[in-house]
Amino acid sequence: MSQPLLEIRDLHVAVDGKPILKGVNLTIHRGEIHALMGRNGSGKSTLAATLMGHPRYEVTRGEVLFEGQNVLEMEVDERARAGIFLAFQYPVAIPGVSVANFLRSALKSLHGEEMSAREFRNALKAEFKALHMPDGFASRYVNEGFSGGEKKRLEIVQMGMIKPKLAILDETDSGLDIDGVRIVSENVNRIASEDTGVLVITHYQRILRYIRPHFVHVMVGGRVVRSGDESLAHELEQRGYDWILQEVGAEEKTLQEVG
Amino acid sequence: MSAPQSLLDVGTEYQYGFRDEIEYVYKAEKGLTRRVVEMVSHFKNEPDWMREFRLRALEIFLSKPMPTWGNTQLLNEINFDDIYYYIKPAEKQGRTWDEVPAQIKNTFEKLGIPEAERKFLAGVSAQYESEVVYHSIREDLERQGVIFMDMDSGLREYPDIVRRWFGKVIPPADNKFAALNSAVWSGGSFIYVPPGVHVEIPLQAYFRINAENMGQFERTLIIADEGSRVHYIEGCTAPIYSTDSLHSAVVELVALKGAHIRYTTVQNWSKNVYNLVTKRGVAYEDATIEWVDGNLGSKLTMKYPSVYMMGKGARGDILSIAFAGPGQHQDAGAKMVHAAPYTTSTVVSKSISKGGGRTTYRGLVQVDEGAVGVKCNVRCDALLLDDISRSDTYPTMNVKEDDVRIEHEATVSKVGEEQLFYLMSRGLSEQEATTMIINGFFEPFAKELPLEYAVELNRLIALEMEGSVG
Repeated sequence: MSQPLLEIRDLHVAVDGKPILKGVNLTIHRGEIHALMGRNGSGKSTLAATLMGHPRYEVTRGEVLFEGQNVLEMEVDERARAGIFLAFQYPVAIPGVSVANFLRSALKSLHGEEMSAREFRNALKAEFKALHMPDGFASRYVNEGFSGGEKKRLEIVQMGMIKPKLAILDETDSGLDIDGVRIVSENVNRIASEDTGVLVITHYQRILRYIRPHFVHVMVGGRVVRSGDESLAHELEQRGYDWILQEVGAEEKTLQEVG
Repeated sequence: MSAPQSLLDVGTEYQYGFRDEIEYVYKAEKGLTRRVVEMVSHFKNEPDWMREFRLRALEIFLSKPMPTWGNTQLLNEINFDDIYYYIKPAEKQGRTWDEVPAQIKNTFEKLGIPEAERKFLAGVSAQYESEVVYHSIREDLERQGVIFMDMDSGLREYPDIVRRWFGKVIPPADNKFAALNSAVWSGGSFIYVPPGVHVEIPLQAYFRINAENMGQFERTLIIADEGSRVHYIEGCTAPIYSTDSLHSAVVELVALKGAHIRYTTVQNWSKNVYNLVTKRGVAYEDATIEWVDGNLGSKLTMKYPSVYMMGKGARGDILSIAFAGPGQHQDAGAKMVHAAPYTTSTVVSKSISKGGGRTTYRGLVQVDEGAVGVKCNVRCDALLLDDISRSDTYPTMNVKEDDVRIEHEATVSKVGEEQLFYLMSRGLSEQEATTMIINGFFEPFAKELPLEYAVELNRLIALEMEGSVG
């Protein structure tokens, strides 16, 4: 097989000295959609923030390769320029900075060259339309006074303008109503080309009805404990997470007895 | 969290710190005595009432103790005996830049004043040390009866208007530094806008201190007659010296019925200047006074622009920003006095401190008995760029009427690890992200400036951060 887009090997991460991720392995190829599921506190968002390079997350072991390059040595903005995009679970407000100004500067930094003002305006207008947002949002300050749903949609507007190679969606479905989930999902599918890798992080199966994953992974206690296809998500939806916890518990017990 | 380097470097460069070697026409001896005050008055050939006003003010200054509030440590370091109270830089005032001594003209060119005048100003006044060395006003405004000149000329040419208002909004006994200014004032602007006249483009004054241990005490009086409008902008800079200079201005505004005054300040003194200024306006029925006040430079600034709303429906707005770097203390604020019914005021104060700098918001909202239907909104936002900097808020409310609506909101936030991460995750470098956050924080101020000034403000912030990362 060709070189993977993203390869995570035995990744251990601590926050304020407390271990959160305890040996994550995950490989994503171009064009693949992966879902990462798990309960609150299982480490899903820690993985997302670590991949993007948040300074509070300390990698204590393991490696992350993006197109064969060592991601862990790259600054946050270098990762963005390499083609990694994170749709934030809690997008941050930047008072006084308009969405248009912000995205214009971002695109300039990402691609080096500047789009014409007209080209940029048209592209942004099209993205807002696709996300069912009025284009008046272009002149509003980034995420300031936005509803939860508007913030999530703006993340996807950004994804559409930036067109990353790898999109990590950190609980993009939370805070959205049923229509919102559908609109956001349709747009992720539209923006993701056949070469784009997508990692959808979620509690619920609902978003996976629209963004259909090729692979589903379940995270418990900072590790990926189960991987499978779409049917694993259905099973989780029906049976909850408890059975996995029990199985994992039993396995660990067996391992201890053997050891 | 330790602050990123790019934040620590904001505001560390000062590009106006150069100095001129000048042969002054006259330089008074150092120190403040009755003799110096009488000499200044004599030099200016003033009427008796003004000489007496000065001498009375001197007595008040000498008898009033130093303030016991604010940054008393820095205040008590001022050595009043080591200051020049009057320096005359040129024989006469220029009406064209060619009439200004070459070296002084050159300085104002470096500061961009003649260029700004050509592009977007209706009138310019340039003060160097104690005197205004250049003055101009567009002919069409002059024809409409707009008066814009230095305060000394105003006293000579319009003694009746000056005598009616001078020292009435801010009497010498108001505070120690108002008394000091009243005793030794020199220069500043005198503006009168006739009823119904709208001065649509700004008038500007620029104040430059050049000498070491200089005291600059300009005095400004603006009267907007009924239904008129005017926008006045002032800027200021000084060279960097190891010893301190003192700038202590008094600014009095009078907005008569239905008039509108906007007074914009971009204060960028070098960090060895004490900036102790008294600014106050009275707004009569349906009149509006706006203070747009930016404090970037100086060692210690103490300045609380006020609006006294004396007539029904009057309005006061204060929008201020402050930036305090290492060794700086910006003690700024606002006073809103609602003395009449249905008066409205808003205060927006935004400050950034870094590298051990201090910002203080000190504010008063007063509502007198009978002033029903008053609305007042105060909002203070402080941004700290690191752990060693400081910001304090001291709001005072003195409300003697029930039928009022007063809102006060204050926030102190630390920058922005999450904001930086968010912006950088979209490809912006740390420096670009930092500049964007700071520009955004000051945006409510920048958008009230004429475009050219807003561009300059953004450019200053970007320039000061160049090369600070990596």
